[in-house]
Amino acid sequence: MQRQKILVLYTANSALDSPVIGWSVYDGTGQTRPMAGDQDEPPYRTGVDALKDGWRLIQAAQLLPHGRGEEFDLAYLKYEFFFEQLVEVQP
Amino acid sequence: MTHLPLLNAQQMAQFVARGFLRLDGVVPEALNAQFLQEMGEIAPPVPGRGLMRTYGEMLAKAGVPEVAAGIPLDQAYEDGSALAKLVQLPVVAGAIRSLVGEDPIFDHHFLHVTFPPAYHEASGGENVSQHTHQDSTIDPRTAFDVQIMYYPHAVTREMGGTRFVPGTHLRRVSEVALGRYQNIRGQQHMVCEAGTLLFIHSGIWHGGGVNLSDRTRTMFKIRINPNPRSSRTQVRQFDVSTLVPQNQQRPIFYVKGPLPPSVEQTLMTPEPWFEQDTGRLEFLNRIRLWRYLTDDPTYDADYWLTRVENLAEV
Repeated sequence: MQRQKILVLYTANSALDSPVIGWSVYDGTGQTRPMAGDQDEPPYRTGVDALKDGWRLIQAAQLLPHGRGEEFDLAYLKYEFFFEQLVEVQP
Repeated sequence: MTHLPLLNAQQMAQFVARGFLRLDGVVPEALNAQFLQEMGEIAPPVPGRGLMRTYGEMLAKAGVPEVAAGIPLDQAYEDGSALAKLVQLPVVAGAIRSLVGEDPIFDHHFLHVTFPPAYHEASGGENVSQHTHQDSTIDPRTAFDVQIMYYPHAVTREMGGTRFVPGTHLRRVSEVALGRYQNIRGQQHMVCEAGTLLFIHSGIWHGGGVNLSDRTRTMFKIRINPNPRSSRTQVRQFDVSTLVPQNQQRPIFYVKGPLPPSVEQTLMTPEPWFEQDTGRLEFLNRIRLWRYLTDDPTYDADYWLTRVENLAEV
């Protein structure tokens, strides 16, 4: 039986080899309980380092044009990459 | 005239750039003790008893008044109470005046208590940190509210502490829509001595840390607004005599060494989490906030706004 672990990395620009500036982990195996504020240093230096460690990229944020009049507005982190690992668990 | 200890230009620039002002151990011990005494005892954990029930009973018993939103701050607390004394401390009143101006308005307050594992085990709930969020709702103003976070007892890292991300206050987000972000480079945790205050811009991203110690953690928050009926609102309310006239822009990009400390240097200092492109937009937004607070629509730092405001084609 397999369960999914999810790693979300936020990087400094749209390149997967740019530095990680934010991160989250969600563990579908239930073996760990990651939560907000639990780690002050990123688990990987870049997104490519996560690939090298076996994480599979499953989604990347799109690059969208800036709407006229909204060019300077800032909201959410822009460069978001979702990775997964499938982990065997005992039924 | 005021004799309050107002914030100087450098402190204001730090607040504009990073969204917080931390004052460690400024509340006298006697006042911390009075506050905790007025808050009352927190009931011990009882097996099977929901934590929300314990919390609700604690709020009902605590010596915190119910206060109508929108009244003057100086009418919110009964004279002689710990909270009245807190907002009247010169260091607090001076910071309030500097950040939100004269006759500020009380918005709301809340007694935040974070419970240790024994309470969660007794109630059957999960002991987790609070999702990162921005308080209230989407706020498109340049004007801002200030939240005072008061730590009446020492906070250790094990107790969690308020987590916040310096420099996030100028982003327009919708409350806990950003709850997906667990960790952001440069995040800070409020580990502090008793009597510490954290003044935050209302937009800063923050959340309560998980308490893994063996005692409850208490923090009291007061949100205050600038008064729109005041003649000067929050503009030029800090010690403007400390502003250094800006005769010309600094050299940019090609510089042969570190530049001396200045308001510009503070406003142009990035946070560890800044994205490489939007970090520059953060600079622009800081400059705009500085223009507002100094009432100087021509102010610029490192040419960022001058360049995009040059309408040569017109």
